[in-house]
Amino acid sequence: MSEFIQQLINGLSLGSIYALIALGYTMVYGILKFINFAHGEVFMLGAFFGYFLARAFGIEAPSITMALVILLLSMAGTAVIGMIIEKLAYKPLRNSSKLTVLITAIGVSLFLQYTGQLVFGADPKSFPTIIENTSFNILGATIGTNQIVVLVSAVLLMYILRIIVFKTKMGIAIRAVSNNMTAASLMGININNVISFTFAIGSALAGAAGILYSINYPSIDPLMGLLPGLKAFIAAVLGGIGNFPGAVVGGVLIGLVETFTVGYLSPTYRDAIAFAILILILLVKPTGLFGKKDIEKV
Amino acid sequence: MKFVQNFFLPVIMIVAGLALFQSCNKAGTDEILIGEYASLTGSEATFGQSSHNGLVLAVEETNNSGGLLGKKIKLVTEDNQGKPSETQTVVQKLINRDKVVAVIGEVASSRSKAGAPICQTSKIPMITPASTNPEVTTIGDYIFRVCFIDPFQATVMSKFALNSMKVKRVALLIDQKNAYSTGLADNFKKVFTEMGGEIVEEQKYSNGDKDFKAQLTAIKAKNPEAVFIPGYYTDVNLISIQAREIGLTVPLFGSDGWESEKLTEGKAKDALEGSFFSTHVSSDDPSPQIQGYIKKYREKYGKEPDAMSFLAYDAGMILFDAIRKSGSTEGEKIKNQLAKTKDYQGVTGVITINDQRNAVKPAVVLEVKNGKFVYKETIAP
Repeated sequence: MSEFIQQLINGLSLGSIYALIALGYTMVYGILKFINFAHGEVFMLGAFFGYFLARAFGIEAPSITMALVILLLSMAGTAVIGMIIEKLAYKPLRNSSKLTVLITAIGVSLFLQYTGQLVFGADPKSFPTIIENTSFNILGATIGTNQIVVLVSAVLLMYILRIIVFKTKMGIAIRAVSNNMTAASLMGININNVISFTFAIGSALAGAAGILYSINYPSIDPLMGLLPGLKAFIAAVLGGIGNFPGAVVGGVLIGLVETFTVGYLSPTYRDAIAFAILILILLVKPTGLFGKKDIEKV
Repeated sequence: MKFVQNFFLPVIMIVAGLALFQSCNKAGTDEILIGEYASLTGSEATFGQSSHNGLVLAVEETNNSGGLLGKKIKLVTEDNQGKPSETQTVVQKLINRDKVVAVIGEVASSRSKAGAPICQTSKIPMITPASTNPEVTTIGDYIFRVCFIDPFQATVMSKFALNSMKVKRVALLIDQKNAYSTGLADNFKKVFTEMGGEIVEEQKYSNGDKDFKAQLTAIKAKNPEAVFIPGYYTDVNLISIQAREIGLTVPLFGSDGWESEKLTEGKAKDALEGSFFSTHVSSDDPSPQIQGYIKKYREKYGKEPDAMSFLAYDAGMILFDAIRKSGSTEGEKIKNQLAKTKDYQGVTGVITINDQRNAVKPAVVLEVKNGKFVYKETIAP
């Protein structure tokens, strides 16, 4: 029983990180109807921002305040990166076919991976300890401070996102653009600003996920965004791409399934299981768990 | 004329370019080219960097004392980024384009196994400094090593676990895509159970994984007295941190793949306190060869050497010795001379190459204490 609870905790903390990344995929898809494959690399850059910030501050005594400052600064950094990527790579292609934008996204992803190897070096770096780790016992399972931090911050960030999207003027604009871009622009909404803002928010979430991931798994390298990025993409599709609660549920589900597969079946299937889920969901319910059927109006 | 411009000119330029490219790597008549392939970048970068440093030291020393056969040694180093596929490309390049007379490489067994067949078919002798998987040298009679092999290393750690750590119930955590790890684990399972130990759980991971909590939780559920992890330092670093996080507090022990200054980086410094691993050489050894080498290494690089650099230095020196004694740079003659190596005094001990082209040497067990590796005991073959 305690083993089961331990695996549950492991899966939840991994899943909540996937959920944060998946939210970025879903937000961008909701507005521009394309998959931003460079999103995993924004996640990687978030981790590296954290790495360099922690070293610049010269952390000796890890503290929650310090961790929070690093988290917020890295989120700001990735938000700017996200907006720059959109301005330089995607904006000029706004009226091109979806396929062109998709291929460009893959190009941006590769560009960031290999530029990262050139700038940061290809060898893995040990992420500094920014939170002191103490363990607690719950029903025979052990939960560490960093797992708690990951869970709490993930839930908090999702809550803030919810407020932004549903309670603020910008949030209404985002939903309007996502509903119908032309109509929204006719209502006087500045489409470019809304899209920039969406990329900023999505990238900030990915940046936060990068930091949280590195707190839990403190070894970072320029290719680290690839697999978590793909898993989060699967999570977004599983939940119904374009749907916010769907991305969260999908992320947590993928994290749990992955952990239980490794724990009870075989680690060989760790990555295969996620892709098997993707194939299954596309065959059985292509709109995802929470997705609405898009009715093409003529 | 237009045809000449449009077609011939580019072709001529490409051919000329290729010729130029070829010629800049050609050896001068007063140089002997030695090839090296190593993981200078990638997830086990310190393996390649350390062995490269050791080899450079061997080359400089030999050149300063007059070189070989009246010529200077020139080292051609290629980075395989820690990938077996890249290894094949760079070894091909070393042999076919640079025309090296012999090759030194690699530390990791799976990469040595990728490079060795190319050396064997090209009849170019290859010495691996630190690959311990037995299959590396069975690839052919041109492949040698200057370290012990895994069946012996497994015996060492089985003996150590039972007699010194006093543990009987051991769990295994294996890197399933890595020939070194799976080979060592198989040998350990066999020897350890024969000696009366019990393997209570066996879990696997893949090199480069970041999350090991699921496997470690499954291991914890079986209540082992210790966990044997025959893996590489980057993974072991993360594994140790996560083991402590989920409350798996039993000692961890492993093999020479742990040997790197990066093993105890970050939180792993505390997580690995009191862990053990077997390796080739200990810096605490008072022998004049070892202390002399440490001094030279410190002077040149400003840091402490690890086992990979000791072994690469020996690999280089044994190769140069064989070239000197055979008086030739022909692959076959060097190979025959290498096979005859007997009682060679290297820094890592007295080296004799046996008829399987392996070195027979004792192993040492080191303990991790406060982020440093401290000598624990020596186990002879």
